[in-house]
Amino acid sequence: MISNTSREDTGDRPIPPTSVPKRRRERINRRVIPGFGLTMGFTLTYLTLLVLIPLSAVFIRTSGMGWDDFWKAISSPQVVSAYKVTFGVSFYAALTNAFFGFIVAWVLTRYQFPGRKLVDALVDLPFALPTAVAGIALTALYAPNGWLGQFLYPLGLETAYSTTGIFIALTFIGLPFVVRTLQPVIEVFDREVEEAGASLGASRLRVFFTIIVPALIPAMLTGFALAFARAIGEYGSVIFISGNQPMKTEIVPLVIVKFLENYNYPQATAVACVMLIASFVLLLIVNILQRWTESIGQARS
Amino acid sequence: MSIRALNIHKTFGNYKALDDVSLEVPEGRLVSLLGPSGSGKTTVLRILAGLEFPDPKTGATIEFHGEDVTNLSAGKRGVGFVFQHYALFKHMTIERNIGFGLRAKPRRERPGDEAIAARVKELLELVQLDGLGKRYPSELSGGQRQRIALARALASQPKVLLLDEPFGALDAKVRKDLRRWLRLFQEEIKITTVFVTHDQEEALELADEVVVMNNARIAQVGAPQDVYDNPVSPFVIEFLGNVNRFTAGVSKPSKSQATEGKSVLYVRPHDVDIRLTDENPHDYAIRSKIQHIFSAGNYARISLDRIGYNEPFEAEISREKLRQLDLKVGMIVSVVFRHIRVFAKGQFKESNVREDGQLVEVAG
Repeated sequence: MISNTSREDTGDRPIPPTSVPKRRRERINRRVIPGFGLTMGFTLTYLTLLVLIPLSAVFIRTSGMGWDDFWKAISSPQVVSAYKVTFGVSFYAALTNAFFGFIVAWVLTRYQFPGRKLVDALVDLPFALPTAVAGIALTALYAPNGWLGQFLYPLGLETAYSTTGIFIALTFIGLPFVVRTLQPVIEVFDREVEEAGASLGASRLRVFFTIIVPALIPAMLTGFALAFARAIGEYGSVIFISGNQPMKTEIVPLVIVKFLENYNYPQATAVACVMLIASFVLLLIVNILQRWTESIGQARS
Repeated sequence: MSIRALNIHKTFGNYKALDDVSLEVPEGRLVSLLGPSGSGKTTVLRILAGLEFPDPKTGATIEFHGEDVTNLSAGKRGVGFVFQHYALFKHMTIERNIGFGLRAKPRRERPGDEAIAARVKELLELVQLDGLGKRYPSELSGGQRQRIALARALASQPKVLLLDEPFGALDAKVRKDLRRWLRLFQEEIKITTVFVTHDQEEALELADEVVVMNNARIAQVGAPQDVYDNPVSPFVIEFLGNVNRFTAGVSKPSKSQATEGKSVLYVRPHDVDIRLTDENPHDYAIRSKIQHIFSAGNYARISLDRIGYNEPFEAEISREKLRQLDLKVGMIVSVVFRHIRVFAKGQFKESNVREDGQLVEVAG
């Protein structure tokens, strides 16, 4: 009655009948990927230091105000108008990006053409370019005497120093988010599924709208959310092109900076608080939407 | 609907996928395209479906029932195509998947919602998956998904059914069941069917006719039994079923052909007879050592090694015989090849070895 383990331990030597298999001392690690404790601890510390503490500082500073002061600070007409500009224009810019970014991503993944690599690299430029540079460049282009502006203004299109200008800047900086989110998804999209649609008699258009687009919607939503979030926080490029007219083309980040410049810290943090909560809620909603669209057809396998 | 494809050439870049392939499928038959990967069989199927087109200016024609469809797009050919990985629409329910082809029809031909629902129900019953219509593809097993893909392909009543390695992604048990089911199913609805496989057992069991492909060309066409029994080339004999291969001059029975230069000798494992060494020795008996015995079902597979030549080969004998002879690993036995095929000078010559030790040539 000798167990296998004990035989391995003692080699070929005869084993006295009373011998008990040696107990293994080391604890058995049942995780396939080791280091959960260490990496999780690191992640939490890192996020706390970089994100949570700075953000909570905003709340702590704000909590010093009473409710009345807080409400007054966040609902002054100038601030409310800035909310409308920031969220409204960011939304439309992200929406525009979701649509045109999709086309760019589609062209870059589906077709081979000379200079494709170059165009592909160009997409990332808004990531890397200092936003102020983008702002100045766009302003120079769209100002009434700019290259494009000189043709647009006579047509009644006020491009710079208006919400249109803000829209242009926010579209510019948001584009790569949509393209880069969609590209990998389009790349792995199963060609056979398209072919199945075609062999069942569906037109190209029908295949595109009933088969391809639904499959890409979750990625499109992610791209939209990223572009939207980026646009809400954008400062550098917008302040050059918007003209910064109070109640008209002022964005929230600029309003906050103005408060800071006047040493009006409480109002600055109060508005920052609103931005934080609003952005978080919006991103959460988009995230849930994305989960939901993704779950269709992929639920419980 | 019969299929006729003539002079099909297809190149991808520098790679020649099909080199002058012509193929005919009579109406209502089940034809299998069989070959190793890269032999061009899937390309043939995709060209028949209109998912790929033959090289221009090579005189290729594809006819469905005498009608030229060479330049028709996939959707206009009226074929049902089933993909290896199902290619179901993930975000649609099973019902929507099956009804897709009907809904995609131009308005004039499109049936009403009720007619579509009725047809979907009918198809779900046909593939024996009624009641699953409201589910999504991800909630189904592989075998079920493939049957849904088949139902979807059949929804618009195609005249031709094309299947690209339909059971390739399934496990052995489901594969066998589905294979049998497809056979019965095809006999019932009598649709002209072409399916691609690299599994010779599948092709031989399922098809009315087998088209063996190799290196962008058709190697042989015929009924499964005929192709198995009368292979025309070493490729076909080696690809279809198990076979022992000996190069000439080494094996005793091929001594007569030694003068003919390069020749190869083939023996099917079931044509290998094993005897005890002391029993009725004759000229064509080969002394061999048993290396391994595996028995499952009614047959025992025995790996042998020819003594002095280091030539491993296989024999298949009945289990009863294994018991009678009481064979054990390591035993030296005497082996006789009952039926021999020698391939030399571009053709096969068949011989039988009789009980009395005489070599008899089989007339071609």
